[in-house]
Amino acid sequence: MARIELTVDGAKVSDDVEPRMLLVQYLREKLGKTGTVIGCDTSNCGACTVHLDGRSVKSCNVLAVQANSREVTTIEGLADGEDLHPVQEAFRECHGLQCGFCTPGMIMQAVDLLNENPHPTEHEVREGMEGNLCRCTGYHNIVKSVLHAAGGTK
Amino acid sequence: MTATVEKPDLEIGRDRRRKEDQRLITGRTRWTDNLALPGMLHLAMVRSPHAHATIVSIDTEAAKQSPNVVAVFTGSDLGEAQGACINAWAITTDQVTPAHVPMPTDRVAFAGETVAVVVARTAAEARDATELVEVEYAELPAALDLKTAATDAVLAHPDLGTNKSALWVFDSAEAGTGTSADEAIEKARGDGIVIEREYRQQRLIPAFMEPRSTVVDPTGEQITVWSATQIPHILRFAIAATTGVPESKIRVIAPDVGGGFGGKLQQTPEEMITFAVARKLGKPIKYTETRSESLMAGHHGRDQWQKLTLSAEKDGTVTGLKVELLADLGAYVAIIGGGVPVLGAFMYNAIYKFPAYHFSCQTVLTNKTWTDAYRGAGRPEATYAIERLMDEIAVEVGADPLAIREKNWITHEEFPFTSVAGLEYDSGNYEAATAKARETFGYDELRAEQKRRRESGDRVQLGIGISTFTEMCGLAPSRVLGSLNYGAGGWEHASVRMLATGKVEVVTGATAHGQGHETAFSQIVADRLGVAFEDVEVLHGDTQIGPKGLDTYGSRSLVVGGEAIVKAADKVIEKAKVIAAHLLEASVDDIEFSAGRFGVRGTDQGLAMAEIAMATFAAHNLPDGVEPSLDSDATYDPVNFNYPHGTHLCAMEVDTETGGVLMRKYVCVDDIGTIINPMIVEGQVHGGLAQGIAQALWEEAVYDDSGTLVSGSFVDYLLPTSADTINFDVGHTTTASTTNTLGTKGVGEAGTIASTPAVVNAVVDAVRQFGVNDIQMPCTPERVWRAIHANDGEAETVGAAAPHFSEETGMQGQTDRTDGAS
Repeated sequence: MARIELTVDGAKVSDDVEPRMLLVQYLREKLGKTGTVIGCDTSNCGACTVHLDGRSVKSCNVLAVQANSREVTTIEGLADGEDLHPVQEAFRECHGLQCGFCTPGMIMQAVDLLNENPHPTEHEVREGMEGNLCRCTGYHNIVKSVLHAAGGTK
Repeated sequence: MTATVEKPDLEIGRDRRRKEDQRLITGRTRWTDNLALPGMLHLAMVRSPHAHATIVSIDTEAAKQSPNVVAVFTGSDLGEAQGACINAWAITTDQVTPAHVPMPTDRVAFAGETVAVVVARTAAEARDATELVEVEYAELPAALDLKTAATDAVLAHPDLGTNKSALWVFDSAEAGTGTSADEAIEKARGDGIVIEREYRQQRLIPAFMEPRSTVVDPTGEQITVWSATQIPHILRFAIAATTGVPESKIRVIAPDVGGGFGGKLQQTPEEMITFAVARKLGKPIKYTETRSESLMAGHHGRDQWQKLTLSAEKDGTVTGLKVELLADLGAYVAIIGGGVPVLGAFMYNAIYKFPAYHFSCQTVLTNKTWTDAYRGAGRPEATYAIERLMDEIAVEVGADPLAIREKNWITHEEFPFTSVAGLEYDSGNYEAATAKARETFGYDELRAEQKRRRESGDRVQLGIGISTFTEMCGLAPSRVLGSLNYGAGGWEHASVRMLATGKVEVVTGATAHGQGHETAFSQIVADRLGVAFEDVEVLHGDTQIGPKGLDTYGSRSLVVGGEAIVKAADKVIEKAKVIAAHLLEASVDDIEFSAGRFGVRGTDQGLAMAEIAMATFAAHNLPDGVEPSLDSDATYDPVNFNYPHGTHLCAMEVDTETGGVLMRKYVCVDDIGTIINPMIVEGQVHGGLAQGIAQALWEEAVYDDSGTLVSGSFVDYLLPTSADTINFDVGHTTTASTTNTLGTKGVGEAGTIASTPAVVNAVVDAVRQFGVNDIQMPCTPERVWRAIHANDGEAETVGAAAPHFSEETGMQGQTDRTDGAS
C-alpha cells in the first residue's frame, strides 16, 4: 500500500492504495467518482479521460500513485456549481451524445483540445478527438459540439 | 365573437434538447457498474482458451486460498440453479438446438466460454485468483469455417450429429405471393440477363461503449437484478422460466445503459451465473466484463455467405430473385439466433417489383462466439445483396444504376403495395427521396468528374454508390411472430398517470439505452394531453415500475411503444371528459378536448387537464359510479410493420496505387414518416450510417485457425474514430405511415441498413474499369489493391511486402522481411 494525497475536483483527498491501482479505479472505487467510466482495457476508447494538472489523460493509463501531489479534474468537477462548462453546454445543444457513456471522456478531451487550440478547424477537431471512441453518434454531432463550444467554425 | 384562439405550439416536430442530457454531461450517471451495495462481492470468470474441448478436471483449491476470495464455483457446483440460456425463436419446428448451460460442466464449445467463476471481496482479487484455477482440457477438433462446418466435416456439438441447425425456406410460388423464381431464372438464361454472385457478410461485433455489467441483490423479498441490457422484461421472463424462481420474485432494472445496437438484446450466461451465485451466497454480487471479454463472449453479428441469383429481361426489368444463405450461429442458438437472417428474408426484394422470389437460409453451428441481432438484424444483409445486384444489372444493361432502380421500383401511386414476400407496404415515395438526394449530392456533376478521372487515368479514381433501401420495422404484429414460430408477441405497453399536481407520469415498456425516449415520448404526451413538455416524466427500465413490456430493438420503440402511449393518453382524456362534464354540468357529448382544455361546445366554459386531475384526486365531487382515477393503461399490438425508405448516395475516392479509400461525400434522404424530434432523428441516422460504413470499410471479427478471436480488443477490432469519418448530409421526405396514429416509421436502424451497400457500390464503381465487380468487406486497402491488380498479370507479392500472417506466404509474411519481394 502506498499513501497518496491529491486534489480531485477541488477537494483534498488522501488514501492508501495498492501500487497497481489505476487512477480510474481510484476515482471510481475509492472516491465514488463514477462519472468517469471504463470502456476498454487497452487505452483505446478514452471514456475514462480526466485532467491531470490541467491536461487530458486517459485515467486507465495512469497509476493512482502517479497522481500523488497532483490535481485531478473529472467530469464531475467541470461545471462551476450550477453553471455548466461551455463544452458541456455545447454537447447538449448540438446533441453530441446519445447513450452518454463516452461523453465524460469526450467532454474532458474537448476541453483540453480547446485550451490548446481555442479556434480549431473541423479537421483539427477530428484529429484532436481521435483518441476517444463513440459508437452512437457517428462523431458528426460531437465534432459540431466542439466547434460550437469554440464559437463556430473557422 | 371575433377573439381568436391562439394555436398552441406543438411539441411534435420540435428539436427539443434532450431531458436525459443534464445528468449525462455532468457525470451524474447510473451505469450498472457504478452500483455499490453493502457487502457486495465481485465475480471474475475463468474462460476457456480453446474453441472446443472436453473439460477433464477443474482444480479450484489454490484459488480458494487466495486473499479475500469467498468462493470458487464450477458448473457442477451451481448445477440446475444456473438455469439456461434460451432460444426464443426456433425458426423451424425441427431446428437442432444445443442445450446452452451458462457454465458448462463437461465440454466448452467456443473460446471464451466460462468454466469457473471466482467470488472475491474486490474485482481485482477475483481476477487475480482466476489465474490460480487449474483447468485441464482435452482439445477436440473445432468447426470454425462456416462453409466447411456446413458439410459436417467436424462437428461443433458431436452429440447432435450435425452442424446444420435449421433450413428456413420461403418460395413465392408456394406462398401464392408470386411465381417461381427457378422458372424465371431458367427463362432468363435463354433470353435475358442472369446475375450470379456470392457475397460475404463478415462477422461483426456490436461493440457498445458500456461493457456489460450485472448486479444481483438477493437480500430483499424480491431478487433484484440490475443489468446493462436492452431487454429487462424478457430477461426477467427468461430467468424465471429457466431457474424456477417465480417471475413475481424477480425484479429486473436496466438503469442507464450505454448503447446496445442489438448487442444487449440477450439473456447472457454472465447474467445467469451472477444470479445463481447471488442466490447461493445470499449476498449482493457484481460482475462487470472487461472489454476483451465483451468482444470475445458477447454475441457477434452478421456472418453469412449469400448466394444470389437474379434474373432480368434484356432491358433490365427484374423477373426473379433467388437467395441462398449460409448463416453462422456460432456455438449456440442465441435468443433470436436463426431468426436474424429470417428477419431479412422478407426484404431482399426491397422496393422492387419482383414477380418471383425464393429464399432459403441454412443456419449452421460452429465453435465460435454465438451470433445474434446487431443493428438492422437481417435487413442490412438483405439490402446489401439487392443493392449490390442492382448495380450489377445496370452494368450488364449499360444503363445508369439509378435508372435501373427506377425502372423496377414501386411507384408512389402503387401504395399500398403487396410485395412478392407477402408484406403490405403502406406508404412511400421513392421518386421524391431519390430526386432530392440526387440534387443535394450533385449526382450529375460527380458522374462527370468520374468520367474525367477515368479518361485521364487519374491515380485517384472516383466511385458513386447508390442504395435505395427500405426496411420493415416496428417489431412486430404478434400474429405474424406466431406464424413464424417466435416464442413471444410483439406488442408494447404504456401507462399514463395523472398526478394531483397536474404532472404526468408516463410508463413505457420500451426501455431506452441512448435513444432519447424520455424526450421524444414527452413531446408526444405533451401534445396529446395539452400539458407542458416539462410536466411529463417518462419512466422505464424497471420491471417494478413498468411491469409490462417487450423492450427496445428492431426500431420498435416509437412506432409500437409510442402508439401504446398515444392510446393510453387517449383513455385518460376519455375518462377526464366524464368528470369534466359533471363538473361543468354539461353532457359528455358536448365536451370538447383541445390543447389541454375540456370545453363545453358553444360556450366559453371549460376546465384545464390539471384542474380535472386535482378534482379527481380530491374525489369530493365525482359522478356516481366513476372511480377517482384518470390513470390509464394500453397494450398495443401493431397491425403491420412499417416501411421507412430512403435514397443514400456515397462518393468514394480510391487511390489506385495504394488501394486506400477515402469518403468524399455522403448524402441520404430518408422517409421515416412523421418526425417527432428532428434533432434526435438526425443523431440516429448519423450513428447508423457510421456503423454501416464501418462494416463496409473497417470492422471484422477475425478468428485464427485454432478458433481464437484475434480481434479481441479495441487495438485489433477497428471501430472508426472521428478522424476516419466525415460529416453526413441528412435530409428527409415524408409520407406518413398509415399503420399508426402519429404516422411515424422507425429510424434506429435505417442508416446502418442503407449505408453498407452504398459505400461498397461506390468503391467497386471507382475501380470497375479494372474488371472488378466485387471486393469483400471490409474493403481494406489491401483488398482494394488486390482487386485492382487481380487481372493485370503482375507477379504475386510475397515475402517482405506481404501482409502479416498472409496465407499465401504460409503465414511467413512477418518473418522474412529482409528478403525483399521476390
